Amino acid sequence: MARAAVRGRLSWVLGEVVELIDETSRVRTIVLDVPDWPGHRAGQHVDVRLTAEDGYQAQRSYSIASAPEDERLSLTVEGIPDGEVSSYLVGELRVGDMLELRGPVGGYFVWDVQMGGPLLLIGGGSGVVPLMSMLRHHQASAAMLGARLLYSSRSWDDVIYRDELERVTSSTNGPEVVHTLTRSQPPGWTGYTRRVDSQMLAETAWPASSMPSAFICGPTPFVESVAAALVILGYPPASVKTERFGPTGG
Amino acid sequence: MDSDAMRVDGNAVSGILGEVFFQEMTAARIACGGCGKVEAVGAEHVYTQAPGIVMRCCHCDSVLLVVAHTEQTYRIGLGKARWLELAEER
Amino acid sequence: MTLEDEMGVELRRWSWESFQGLASDEIRADIHCVTKWSKLDTTWEGVSIDTLLDGLDHKATHAMAFSEGDYLTNLPLEDLLDGKAWVVFAYDGLPLEPEHGGPARLLVPHLYFWKSAKWVRGLRLMDHDEPGFWESYGYHIYGDPWREQRYAGD
Repeated sequence: MARAAVRGRLSWVLGEVVELIDETSRVRTIVLDVPDWPGHRAGQHVDVRLTAEDGYQAQRSYSIASAPEDERLSLTVEGIPDGEVSSYLVGELRVGDMLELRGPVGGYFVWDVQMGGPLLLIGGGSGVVPLMSMLRHHQASAAMLGARLLYSSRSWDDVIYRDELERVTSSTNGPEVVHTLTRSQPPGWTGYTRRVDSQMLAETAWPASSMPSAFICGPTPFVESVAAALVILGYPPASVKTERFGPTGG
Repeated sequence: MDSDAMRVDGNAVSGILGEVFFQEMTAARIACGGCGKVEAVGAEHVYTQAPGIVMRCCHCDSVLLVVAHTEQTYRIGLGKARWLELAEER
Repeated sequence: MTLEDEMGVELRRWSWESFQGLASDEIRADIHCVTKWSKLDTTWEGVSIDTLLDGLDHKATHAMAFSEGDYLTNLPLEDLLDGKAWVVFAYDGLPLEPEHGGPARLLVPHLYFWKSAKWVRGLRLMDHDEPGFWESYGYHIYGDPWREQRYAGD
């Protein structure tokens, strides 16, 4: 895949849905075939536009889940109650349908292997999506730098990309993944059971002295408290990049 | 001034900024005339629960930019942004 | 909460305590946001503008609501009277939260919701109309959702 040209005015293009993957009961990955896709960088997102029969249009942004190296473009969408676009994408969309997309967009919350590391990724709920693109890029490029994901979910059933994360952590040079399950845990769970806080970060984050690049994504209150805590741990503010999804999620 | 939980950041409005500025804007840098701090647009606070979007400095809350998209017109309020720096197209 | 005249001279003022002591109404209304959604059957509690203006001698035809953070929105005075507008301090039976405009906001359900200024501090009574914040950005100076008056010129 060509490196994305983030220049120039973007126009709407059509992608065909080739696969749908139910990640959790509310979250679905949409795999698209997009002719003339210019490529993208890990962390970027696309705008998706739906047009109803009466001409009414609704548009939302979704983070790209696939790595720049992947053949196809994947978006992972969380269905939000009363979310007119997300409920359609998670509930009604079918393989073979076409979707209008514009992108890729993003030049700040992006990571390429050339930017170095080690990489610290902290995600809350569906905030893990752009971080997954970064992790997949890290894997695909066989980068010789460390990567760690700290991922907060409500329960084990809410963990997106659960199986893939288990798989990559056991591969050589694979990333380290630390989960925290804040509402309920499966029997025998020995991991974290609370919201990400300074203590947890002190235990899991790369030390500031190793000059990590940090990316935090998820609900606004989550992102802001984690960013503040990393700075207190000594991370230079410029090394901590944030993407806020608003009150509840993307 | 808007509730903290509702705010997003420059990443969330990259679409409309791209329409206005004809290029990717989240990596553009903006200097606040209120406190002087320079940040990437993607890092600044943005409020979208309104007719238009309001971008406020993530340090001092000064209004940096307002974008209202009315019928076939974009009206951009330059607020307290001292300057906006865009990379040249290649 | 204050009422001012065009020169900024204070006509009336209420502290939070004295404001809470005014007669209040329970309001049930549909609200219409300019970004094309509507929320039906919302419930609020607040003091009507009629109560706030009661007995005040003035010649104003319009008002500018002003809020924390320099937000302004303009309305014809007649759209604020006769039980059409309130300063509300409770939503859905609970004290109004900051993200919904608390502690007090203007509520004018028959107009687009940007006219229902959050964190309202007062009303400036005027003898003419002038555009407020979003109105200066090209949004309709009146904002009637039934006539879909979103933008200037609609």
